Amino acid sequence: MSRTDNRVSDAQSVPLTYQRAPDCPFDPAPEIVRRRAEDPIARFLLPSGDSAWLVTRHADVRAVLSDPRFSSVPPPDSLLRPPDPDGPADAPPIPPGMFVGMDPPGHTRLRRMVTGEFTVKRMDRLRPRIEHIVAEHLDAMARAGGPVDLMKVFALPIPSLVICELLGVPYRDRDDFQRRSRMAVEVDVRHEDGMANFMEMHEYMAGLVAAQRADPGDDLLGMLVREHGDDITDEELIGLTNMLLSAGHETTANVLAIGTLLLIRHPDQAAVIRERPEVVEHAVEEMLRYLSVVPSTLVRTALADVTIDGTTIPAGEHVMVSLQSANRDGARYPDADRFDLAHDPELHVAFGHGIHHCLGRPLARMELQVAFPALLRRFPTLRLAVPFEDIQFRPNAAAYSLESLPVTW
Amino acid sequence: MRVAVDQERCCGTGNCVMIAPEVFDQRDSDGVVVLRQPQPPPAHTAQARRAAANCPCAAIKVDED
Ligand code: HEM
Ligand code: HEM
Ligand code: SF4
Repeated sequence: MSRTDNRVSDAQSVPLTYQRAPDCPFDPAPEIVRRRAEDPIARFLLPSGDSAWLVTRHADVRAVLSDPRFSSVPPPDSLLRPPDPDGPADAPPIPPGMFVGMDPPGHTRLRRMVTGEFTVKRMDRLRPRIEHIVAEHLDAMARAGGPVDLMKVFALPIPSLVICELLGVPYRDRDDFQRRSRMAVEVDVRHEDGMANFMEMHEYMAGLVAAQRADPGDDLLGMLVREHGDDITDEELIGLTNMLLSAGHETTANVLAIGTLLLIRHPDQAAVIRERPEVVEHAVEEMLRYLSVVPSTLVRTALADVTIDGTTIPAGEHVMVSLQSANRDGARYPDADRFDLAHDPELHVAFGHGIHHCLGRPLARMELQVAFPALLRRFPTLRLAVPFEDIQFRPNAAAYSLESLPVTW
Repeated sequence: MRVAVDQERCCGTGNCVMIAPEVFDQRDSDGVVVLRQPQPPPAHTAQARRAAANCPCAAIKVDED
């Protein structure tokens, strides 16, 4: 691929796990590729000054993520930012309800309560709503005429509205909801702004939970209150709601945006998706593998000395797995660095692995399977409205993302 | 082929249901796996095998006989 100027950000402040190749914003950084070949389990330095182990091979990443001796409880101080002399001495502990940062049995208890709302069957029932939301946004794009920022008119609003739908967030609150959820996962936010945003979100969710306690509706929060109301606290319900939003919004939005960019760069593959509905399911999985929009999982901490593939990670040390590197591991996927619908993306780790494997996968995959073919069919001549080199990528806390995606047709 | 599931290990991802809906289902209340066909007919054995490989929690065992 030709040299581009899609600067990810300056390497100093961006943890290695988030860095991409300087000449191709879809590819992992050369240092990650080197490590996968030569140092597949080795220490690296984080922006905080701490060191952690980075795991880069497909088999090793799966071994770490399925090993109960690695804890998901986050360390008290952020590893991803330089120490902040003006900040509080200790970061607040993981709020109640947010089970992505918990271990069993607490994790199991909360995850089981909410999983009934995420079964494949339940998601199938949401399909008509998702089709409707997608069609509405395509209509609005057609009315507005190009060029538009696809991020703003398509990629961000659709997953946000789907989650609002799932949770039962009233329409009038949805703009504010979207703004706050975007800010919550940004890396480059001043500590005070981040905290203020967090408090606002917390207050909003508290109101939503109180309303559902008083009068439980048919959506996720209402069902949780009806079926588990005595077993779950308000604080847990609030944390859970915040987690679903931050986990499901920016992630899906960026697969939609960066995936569209990928399809614009691969018109032959786009044509297949447009014309052959039966390949869509497979195409979305290959795209998830290739893009790896969530570059790594939450940091893990070894609870005991653990030996993975001959390397011992001592108890107490931190481990990060590169999902992106695992998904591009040539030992598992021949020709891994090419996006090709003829590939077999089976066992990709874009949704993680083990007990924290993405709860929202059935929802995310339905959104993507509905949205891509609908977009490609409505706008068969969809193309970039600016040179590819001008598209700005940015690393985020949870997802690799685009500043904007100007398109026309 | 004989299939067995471990409901304690299952974390309710639904991967198995997406891959082999004839063989696996999920409980409505908590999303935990339910086995629909402990001995799937030949038409479904390939999917059952794929589902076992794709289970993130190693909750599915497949014995070829
Ligand atoms: C394509 C979009 C998505 C991707 C790539 C993605 C990726 C991931 C990954 C990699 C993890 C594992 C984190 C870890 O192990 O530390 C995860 C966990 C999670 N995801 Fe997703 N996700 C997506 C969409 C969603 C959606 C739409 C929702 C819900 C509305 C969601 C809810 C969750 C939750 C609740 C967890 C925590 C599970 C646990 O800790 O047991 N995700 N996701
Ligand atoms: C309750 C919901 C969540 C909250 C409040 C939350 C909050 C945060 C915060 C504050 C950070 C920055 C940590 C730091 O600076 O050290 C972070 C990092 C991260 N989050 Fe989340 N998060 C949530 C859910 C999720 C989910 C469900 C996923 C999975 C897709 C996820 C993926 C990540 C990743 C990959 C990082 C960077 C690695 C790390 O710090 O371990 N988060 N999250
Ligand atoms: S794939 Fe495994 S963890 Fe997921 S629902 Fe099926 S048995 Fe449970």
